[in-house]
Amino acid sequence: MTTRSTPRVLGAALVTAVLIALLSIKLNSFRDYQIAEIAIEVTAVAGLTILTGLSGQISLGNGAFMAIGAYTTALLMLHLNWPFYLVLLFAAAITAAAGAVVGVAAARLHGPYLAGATLLLGVALPSVAYAYTGFFGGDQGLDVNFTTPSFLGVNFPLTRWEAWVCSAVALVTLVLLANLGRSRVGRSWRAVRDDEVAAALAGVNVAAARVLAFVVSAACAGLAGALLAVVTGLVAPGAFTITLSIALLTAAVIGGLGTLPGAVWGSLVIVLVPTYATDVATSHGLSSSVASNIPVAAYGAVLIIVMLLFPQGIQGAVRWTLGLFGISPGRGWRAADIPDALSAAGDPPAGDPPAANQRRPASPEGSSSGNQ
Amino acid sequence: MVEFLQFTLSGLSFGMIYAAIALSLVLIWRGTRLLNFAQGGMAMFTTYIALEVIRHTGSYWAGFLVALAAGVVLGAAAELTVVRPALGKPELNAVIITIGLLILLEGLAGIFYGGQYRSFPAAFSVVGLRVGSTPLGVSRFDVFVALAVLAATLLLAVGFRYTTAGLRMRAAAFNATVARLSGIRVARVITVGWALAGLLGALAGVLVTPSTFLYPNSMDSIFVFGFTAAVIGGLDSPLGAVVGGLLLGVVLSYASGYLGSQGSDLTALVALGILVVVLMLRPDGIFSGARVRRV
Amino acid sequence: MKRSNRLRAPAIAAVAAAALAVAACSSGSSSTPATGSGSTATSSTTGSANAPLTASAPGITATTITIGSHQPLTGPAAPGYSEIAPASAAYFAYVNAHGGVYGRDIEYKYLDDAYNPTTTATVVRQLVLQDNVYAIFDGLGTPTHLAVESFLNAQKVPDVFVASGCDCWDQPTTDPETFGWQLDYIREGKILGQYIAQHFKGKKIGYFYQDDEFGMDGVKGLDYEIPKSMVVARESYVDTNVNVAPQVAALRAAGAQVVVSFSIPAFTALLKLTSLKVGFSPTLVVSDVGSDPITLSGLLESFAKQGGATVNGNSLTNGIITDGYAPSLGDASNSWIALFKKIHDQYDAKAPFDGNVLYGMGVAYTFVQAMLKAGRNPSRADLVNAVNAGLPQGPLVAPYAYSMTDHDGVTGAYIGVINNGVITQQGPVLVTDTTATGAITSYTGTQPTAPASGIPAP
Repeated sequence: MTTRSTPRVLGAALVTAVLIALLSIKLNSFRDYQIAEIAIEVTAVAGLTILTGLSGQISLGNGAFMAIGAYTTALLMLHLNWPFYLVLLFAAAITAAAGAVVGVAAARLHGPYLAGATLLLGVALPSVAYAYTGFFGGDQGLDVNFTTPSFLGVNFPLTRWEAWVCSAVALVTLVLLANLGRSRVGRSWRAVRDDEVAAALAGVNVAAARVLAFVVSAACAGLAGALLAVVTGLVAPGAFTITLSIALLTAAVIGGLGTLPGAVWGSLVIVLVPTYATDVATSHGLSSSVASNIPVAAYGAVLIIVMLLFPQGIQGAVRWTLGLFGISPGRGWRAADIPDALSAAGDPPAGDPPAANQRRPASPEGSSSGNQ
Repeated sequence: MVEFLQFTLSGLSFGMIYAAIALSLVLIWRGTRLLNFAQGGMAMFTTYIALEVIRHTGSYWAGFLVALAAGVVLGAAAELTVVRPALGKPELNAVIITIGLLILLEGLAGIFYGGQYRSFPAAFSVVGLRVGSTPLGVSRFDVFVALAVLAATLLLAVGFRYTTAGLRMRAAAFNATVARLSGIRVARVITVGWALAGLLGALAGVLVTPSTFLYPNSMDSIFVFGFTAAVIGGLDSPLGAVVGGLLLGVVLSYASGYLGSQGSDLTALVALGILVVVLMLRPDGIFSGARVRRV
Repeated sequence: MKRSNRLRAPAIAAVAAAALAVAACSSGSSSTPATGSGSTATSSTTGSANAPLTASAPGITATTITIGSHQPLTGPAAPGYSEIAPASAAYFAYVNAHGGVYGRDIEYKYLDDAYNPTTTATVVRQLVLQDNVYAIFDGLGTPTHLAVESFLNAQKVPDVFVASGCDCWDQPTTDPETFGWQLDYIREGKILGQYIAQHFKGKKIGYFYQDDEFGMDGVKGLDYEIPKSMVVARESYVDTNVNVAPQVAALRAAGAQVVVSFSIPAFTALLKLTSLKVGFSPTLVVSDVGSDPITLSGLLESFAKQGGATVNGNSLTNGIITDGYAPSLGDASNSWIALFKKIHDQYDAKAPFDGNVLYGMGVAYTFVQAMLKAGRNPSRADLVNAVNAGLPQGPLVAPYAYSMTDHDGVTGAYIGVINNGVITQQGPVLVTDTTATGAITSYTGTQPTAPASGIPAP
């Protein structure tokens, strides 16, 4: 099955790339910058949605992985003069290694315990930069220099180049993740998510699958962090607060947990809604503390309302809408198949199993995995 | 030696605050298997309400009681309006909803009360107590904090174990379907659980805000450490919440005190270290129950 | 039966494209990017007073000047700092109501970055690339503004009067568009350090400082002046952890008799409260950043009320030694205080008249000074040149350092003591530089009086 769908995924990616290139030329420089921002978020959220949606491991600390990717990039570009693509790959590799460490530490943790551990990781890791200011630049951070390559000429706007680079990385990431999800690795993740014991009995190496999910998710976050470093031009701990990790998870769930289009929807929400809300609020003559807090309150309200209206996320709503017109896209990994990443999946503690109506049986796989 | 004593006692008194937040998280987890990320935000909001009452009536205890009542109301309201519709859906939805609720509350606090620091009174004197001429590093207010949290824990533990209401809550959490069949109004029980958690959170808010000053984000880092304490102690155990909170408070105090100027930076890392060590040994927290399924 | 994936991939592409198109159409705005330098129209700095007003630069029209800023309006850094921009806006409103700058109104657009450098990068690009502001004014925060300093200089957008005491804004060769304004932390550390070395000879000194560039630069300045042998403890705090009892206990254990605190107001208050708890009562010397008596009294008022007596928070702040580079708020006879209080009462009455509001108005006044010097139809370069040529002393107590080779703001401050909720000046204004050996001298000039109209002379 994989060989059949890869050309289609690639085709879609190419079409999207061309569309983005055209858009980036039509729109103004600030919109190009927003395209870059959205692409960065997509890269990170896609990794997280795989980790939490496909392999069932909640992570509230992917912002820490982004920080690792960003600092690696800044340090490499500061101390060595590597070309950018090499820096990018190296940052992803280093972050993947960190993901392996975290994955091994987290292998036995489930549900809220994993959430707590990753939350604290997200809070604690950036403080290393404060503690070792000589190397990491402290709260002032490290500068990153990024310019358009010479073959594009002098007049090529930097923001458009940033949009192209970030979109390219995001699309490549999405293609790779799509294939990974369809492969044996993806199937082993879903098996481990749905029932660890059964998966172990079926011969899946549960620990390896879980660690691999962390590695992949961290690599994606590391890439996103590297891109963030070059696009914003500064790597400082203030950019990697717990708010970032929570925003990534929010984007993954709102977009549609476990789905790659969901990563796109979610990223659009977290990048565009705050800006739009700010524009609306400041256009009325309200006092500053009221006007500046309205976007905050509005964003919170939007999160609540979207989750209540679309329990399967935005991608769930999109599928439902397409279903109304008789278009049923391939099954892939539907959010409906995803049981609760929060509950101790497959491993209820004695005496207090989760309420019965909250567990859903693992669904049979869609056709994309074929009749193996 | 005096230093060590002061580090320990101040760590314990902060640990009590973390324990209070941890308790409310444990309460909600036991009742609904949900993580309430808005717990700190709700505590901040009820503290603002208390401050308004104190300013208008001049009485601290009036504000204190109103805060607790507001906590009950806010907890129940949150459960009824935004959490109830999310039950039965993927659990992460409820987490995102509580995150949305947190952000909404912080925005509303900024709109209604402004974003500036407000001073919040302590119930008792904050001047340090002494033994002879040696200052202990704790004040009467710190003692009140400790007693209040311990009393709340005790009442909760006793209530769960010995009252019919507590029995109903445990039954509903254990198996909602069977509980319904036994005639328990599960929905009401869940609401009561959230209301109680709101009360605990409000208590934590009025106890800690004299030290943090009141502003929309004042409870954010307290919540993170409270959550950590709950995880360390085991999310199913109220006793675990208290032990986790005290342990965390004391170790962080030693880290800040003995590691010099680097210690204050590394506080969060030390907390992470403690958490990792505990979870390596006991993946469900210190006071977790025995694990059943083994292969 | 095989279910088809056929429509899935193209569906993703189509929907993604539609989403991007929606993003493009939403909140529409001008699509002319503001790249490169200001307009090439020649400006007439010495033009006649009746020369017609033209759109001489991006952000300047015949009737308006649009400037932008990034400020922490929400989030943990908002308390206190979020008062500054509305105060500046109040001063600009006053100027607009009294003729504006050569007849143009100043439109001040400040956006929230919640003290997150990533958000700062976004909002400043929005201001420059989409809203085409003339200049960025009073960008607040060190890590936040560092995130946009290179961008602004590459785009040749004037980046004036950064709201941060880092000495990193003084880089005229690499960042010619960027200028500081407030007293930088190294100078401040030197001034406080010299006072301590002179007045507390033989005593034990402890440092309590925020663990970032603010605190560390302050300590650097202190160390230039205070002999190492006097310093018995150095304790730092992070602003995310309010439990400073360990640090205060350590200061006490080391026997510190004087504590120098480079802290923000909340942590100055916490230092005071925790000292009460651990039985520690040193002499406190506090940086100007954390010593505004009104803010401190507000933070401490709940604690002084205990014991039945209606003592306000003032009593807990009595005796705190600090420095000030603006006139003391309690000095009602000072013409600047009178002017700004009048404007505050009319345009910004909801906010307390405290140090942040004074800051906001003072820096706004300085901006108007610079704009008036830049000429009737200024380009962006004209504003930078106007500051490079030096600005006359204004609401601050010491002269500015502005020149082609120095982009530092005010060069000195006076030492003061807080009594009954106001800072009382002790001794002369002291000026210095940021080097280890640069002397600290008394400033012999006097602060000019505020113009009667409240608007600087052109």
